[in-house]
Amino acid sequence: MMNHLYELLKIVLASPYTLPVIYGIVIVAVLPLVAGYVVLVERKVMADMQARLGPMRVGPHGLLQPIADAVKLLLKEDIIPEKADVWIFWLAPIVSMTAGMLALAPVGIGPAFQIAKDIDVGILFIAGISSLGIFGIVLGGWASNSHYSLMGALRSAAQLVSYETAAGMALVSGLLLGGSLQIRTLVEEQAKQGVWFVALAPIAFFIYLVASIAETNRAPFDLPEAESELVAGYMTEYSGFRWSLYFLAEYANMMVVGSVATTIFLGGWLRPFSSVGGAAGRAIDTVPGALLLGVAAYCLYRAPKQPVTVQKLVMVAVAGLCAAVAAALLAPVFVAQALWMKPAIHGAFWFLLKVGGYIYLFMWLRFTLPRYRFDQLMRLGWYFLIPVSIVNVMGIGIALVLHWERGMHLALALGLTTLMTLVVAGFLVRAELKREEQLRQAATGDAYAG
Amino acid sequence: MLDKVIFYFFAAIAVGSALLMITRKSAVHSAIFLTTTLLATAGIFLQLRAEFLFIVQIILYVGGIMVLFIFVIMLVNLDVAAQQIQYSRQKWVALALSLALAGWVGTMIWQAGQLPGQGLLVRGAAAAETLPPNAEAVAQSLFGPYMLSFEIASLLLLVAMIGAVVMAKKKV
Amino acid sequence: MLPVSHYLILSLALFIIGVVGVLTRRNVIVILMSIELILNAVNINLVVFSRLYGDAAGQAFAVFIITDAAAEAAVGLGIIIAFFRNRETVLADEMDLLKW
Repeated sequence: MMNHLYELLKIVLASPYTLPVIYGIVIVAVLPLVAGYVVLVERKVMADMQARLGPMRVGPHGLLQPIADAVKLLLKEDIIPEKADVWIFWLAPIVSMTAGMLALAPVGIGPAFQIAKDIDVGILFIAGISSLGIFGIVLGGWASNSHYSLMGALRSAAQLVSYETAAGMALVSGLLLGGSLQIRTLVEEQAKQGVWFVALAPIAFFIYLVASIAETNRAPFDLPEAESELVAGYMTEYSGFRWSLYFLAEYANMMVVGSVATTIFLGGWLRPFSSVGGAAGRAIDTVPGALLLGVAAYCLYRAPKQPVTVQKLVMVAVAGLCAAVAAALLAPVFVAQALWMKPAIHGAFWFLLKVGGYIYLFMWLRFTLPRYRFDQLMRLGWYFLIPVSIVNVMGIGIALVLHWERGMHLALALGLTTLMTLVVAGFLVRAELKREEQLRQAATGDAYAG
Repeated sequence: MLDKVIFYFFAAIAVGSALLMITRKSAVHSAIFLTTTLLATAGIFLQLRAEFLFIVQIILYVGGIMVLFIFVIMLVNLDVAAQQIQYSRQKWVALALSLALAGWVGTMIWQAGQLPGQGLLVRGAAAAETLPPNAEAVAQSLFGPYMLSFEIASLLLLVAMIGAVVMAKKKV
Repeated sequence: MLPVSHYLILSLALFIIGVVGVLTRRNVIVILMSIELILNAVNINLVVFSRLYGDAAGQAFAVFIITDAAAEAAVGLGIIIAFFRNRETVLADEMDLLKW
């Protein structure tokens, strides 16, 4: 009996499917916790930008706030509207969350951490599964049997569908430069060319940034879920656990979008100046560890100044954690035996840093810019972003042909076509401003106005 | 072995969802079951190592066409239609004829399966490891010998877009 | 890859279910969805033979069919919306304006 078990264990461990399944289970288990803490980070960042402190009560410095929120949501009463379609009401948040989590599968956090290894159509897979999330929103709005929900759902779905094209075209610009749909190949191309694609295709990065904010229903494009507009849009009738699934899906989507942008435009798991070797390379390699040691030192400095003992202990614990991670980061640089760990750990650190920066940009924009009205939102998507992204794809195609066939230097060709795209964008902006001017004149030039 | 399990799993989902789709009263339920069928078909494409088609099916069919269907179903008020008789007057004749067609073609396929080499020109499919990267192969086919069809398809999409916009306008 | 007849039987099953749906249902939207099912069944057939013979032309053809299906769904749904605005019905039996 024990022999059989041992044999089974050997087969399971040797199979190539074990590790991806374990990664998958880890992500599904860990993602809710991570999303909860991203919410805490957002509330703290919001507080910081609004000159206040944010959650401070639950746990030291509010660190247990997500756990308190999770417990509250799980214990809340499960309300289903009267004539709602129960089956679809139950299905909709699950579809949203499944799409969000599934899209994280091909994302390569480092050269070693990929659940769906080397899938031939990596980037397209993420874009496709993200478009499955639209279903969750539309079905949720319809199943609630409420006007606000249906309007919010249809508006949200229309917004997502409109900005999907622009986001896809912006990604295609990056893919043209990379030459493949595989995630690993894209990052290796950036390593080979020695430059992140954001420097070669800045307009594409900007378009993808704007389109991804609209794709995840974040401010300033969050009309479908704004509290002052449509109650909570498609999430109105959802309470407790189901609402937390939608919320989770939104934050998972944010992480997916950040990962895609990082992979294609920001160099994935490469460190800055990845082609520079030698002494300068080692200096850059010590930056992650030094950064975390600095954070640990700051925590230790602030520890005695905390008013309560528990908070002092938490600060010391955080300092210890940062120091341990810093040691793990510095070890491969200085200790030769640990060099094999370097690509994995350093790659993961740089990747997470870049994704974190991208998400911080999302939060920054949320607390700074006012909301777009829905028709302004659709105008921006269809009349500006889609034409500019299509012209951008054409421009990069022309630049690549000039570079490969005519031998023009890549930077020169790309510079020329970026200029062309900017000129086209300028024309579109001018036309838009003229139209607004006409509308304003028509409004104030009303003969019967008082 | 894994191939077989995956195929039967997706085939069962596809046929089951299709049967459920044509028998539901509520159009939204039918749309959801059609989505499940399309996802199962995408799974079969993946099992056949046609990865590009798998993802194109999900992006276009599920993420585009089905979203369009669900939009229209929600904009058109179908409460009245759900209370009516769902099946037309010719349902038994249609069913009998369709089953006869199914039996005929099914027998043909089964008899072809009995022939030596299954009546096919090649012995068996190439092993999965020797296949070229799928997206590249499809792209070379689309942009190579079938470029004209590609351009005609894009023209067709343009015409369909204009047609749909004109048809859905309130006043022409 | 399994023996070809397995895939062909699956494709046949989906095709016949689609045909039954088109011929039997009164709701025009369900008829349109059954047509999509028919096109899908044909797609499976194409991809199976493309994999068998190693020719990517089958998959390119399948891409064209998906494109066609999208265009047809868009135009068909536009027609349904326009008709519903006028006649308030989506049942095929009641769309008989051209009958003598």
